[in-house]
Amino acid sequence: MLQVNNLNVSLDTLILAKNMSFSLQPGKVNVIIGPNGTGKSTLLKTLFGDIQAKSGDISFFDETLHPKQLSHWRKQFGYMPQDIRLDVELSVLEVVLLGQLDALSLRLDDSLIEQALSALETIGLLHLANRSVNKLSGGQCQMILFAQALMRNPKILMLDEPVSALDLHFQHVLLDHLDQQTKQQGWVTLMVLHDLNLAAQYADNLLVLKEGHVVESGHPSDILTPQLVEQVYGVKAEISKDSQGIPFVRTIRQGKQAQPLSAESQQHTSSNSSKGVERAL
Amino acid sequence: MQSSGLLSDAISNQRRSEQRRWFVISILSVVLLTSFILDVATGPSLLNVKDVANALLHLIGFNTEVDPTTKVIVTNLRLPIAIMAVIVGGVLGVGGAEMQTLLNNPMASPYTLGMAAAAGFGAALTLYVGSLGLNANVAVPLGAFICCMLAAAFLFALATMRHISSGQLILAGIALLFLFQSLLSLVQFISSPELSQQILFWLFGSLSKASWSNLAIVGSITFVCMVFLMRDAWQLTALRLGEERAKSLGVNVSRLRLKTLFIVALMTATVTSFVGIIGFIGIVAPNIAKILVGEDQRFFLPLSFLIGAFLLSSASVLSKVIVPGALFPIGIVTAIIGVPFFFWLILGKRR
Repeated sequence: MLQVNNLNVSLDTLILAKNMSFSLQPGKVNVIIGPNGTGKSTLLKTLFGDIQAKSGDISFFDETLHPKQLSHWRKQFGYMPQDIRLDVELSVLEVVLLGQLDALSLRLDDSLIEQALSALETIGLLHLANRSVNKLSGGQCQMILFAQALMRNPKILMLDEPVSALDLHFQHVLLDHLDQQTKQQGWVTLMVLHDLNLAAQYADNLLVLKEGHVVESGHPSDILTPQLVEQVYGVKAEISKDSQGIPFVRTIRQGKQAQPLSAESQQHTSSNSSKGVERAL
Repeated sequence: MQSSGLLSDAISNQRRSEQRRWFVISILSVVLLTSFILDVATGPSLLNVKDVANALLHLIGFNTEVDPTTKVIVTNLRLPIAIMAVIVGGVLGVGGAEMQTLLNNPMASPYTLGMAAAAGFGAALTLYVGSLGLNANVAVPLGAFICCMLAAAFLFALATMRHISSGQLILAGIALLFLFQSLLSLVQFISSPELSQQILFWLFGSLSKASWSNLAIVGSITFVCMVFLMRDAWQLTALRLGEERAKSLGVNVSRLRLKTLFIVALMTATVTSFVGIIGFIGIVAPNIAKILVGEDQRFFLPLSFLIGAFLLSSASVLSKVIVPGALFPIGIVTAIIGVPFFFWLILGKRR
């Protein structure tokens, strides 16, 4: 169980987590949603120990995150950051192999290579194995990096917008595989998504973040309501449920009169987000 | 069935690509050996290649007939210079390779980051102030070494700061380059014409001061540094995916950065203090290596060494044959032979 207690995180004057507490169970897919610049990526970095919290603690079963003892803590993580650029003269296979960094030596074991190749095979990209990564498309890079994260045999898997560059097919390949493996291997899986419908389809537990607070959490069919969407994003929406009770979110376009306002608010959030990114760096 | 075929294909492709890269490395070794022998064979006393080869074979234990004068020239004069060229070139290549890796920029090298300029200033200052009782052959390299390490220490201090980006480090290094160049010009400006001439010759870079005792120092430091770098080969490869990603793979990025920076600084300071400023190789050699074997550091690192070594060794040959009997400053020759080759590679890659 990944447990977060009274977490406070701020970057400069920007408060990104305010007395935040939650716990994540193994074998469950946890999805974070929330507006731009609200600290979703920062939260993942904090859990990974890359950003130090002002106060509060983070623990995984009986181990507590301590800034001086990061290496063991991080060994348990597969972490896929948001940036998917791979501007390097390496083959796909080599990039995936790096997921097992500690096991690599000057001569590569056949067994490691096989492991990397089967990671590629499960996501349907075996045919790219010997290609150079800097000739791939953004979406292909994203899938390769997913394979790299799988290669780490994680106990906790964190993915920051893992489908941002993927086409419809690969969105589902990635998320289906993730869902299945999370349940089979008992991973604690935590990912940031922007698409509410994907979140609704795949989340066992949805964490809705806004202004440093978890405003709502629980199963999407319990918590996803038009009121919540409007409160968090300022967007009107209709929510229907399919036969299995999975919510479907359909946003409603504002009338002409409302448009300048919404454009302005969008601009506002996007400028916030770029500030957030800059500070996170 | 089909997928297991694909799997074994992919494994054998990987093995083949590794073999190909070992092959490139062995070819380069042969090329380097050739240029090394030519380097020993050329010089003012115009020995012929066969006699030199015999003398070399005699040295490593073969029973060949050697004229005693040839033997003395080869062992005491030519051989130290030729070996020094190989080591220094190799170090410059590796130094550039690791700076480019650390800073994620193909234009980084110890030279562009001001370390060589700092060494030049250190040497000039020592020549100007006087050797303070020490033998000048010791004092000048020592002054160069100290200044070079000071410049590195400054970069080091910056690198330990939180949230400093590679771009900022490069800018700081370039600022150092200009600072030390100005200081160097200042020393030249205020010194006498003879002294100024001496400084200028030091700056051109020269292998002629190589001796077996210098070689022992440079060689052993280089060997130890290379072992340490090779041990981190995979970590350095991971760093090329970007700092955040390297962290996500479990690399302690700040420690790796400091350790590698220190190793590179030590190697660069050592070779620069003995042979003067030789620019360009640090930038070119790693870029050529990247084109030939990619950025898997298991191959990239040794190949950067070999290419650097070859560039300097062949420059050393050229510096002797351009004007027979006279010795051209090697720092001038490296760029002249390296640049056309480099252009050819860049343009070839474009197609």
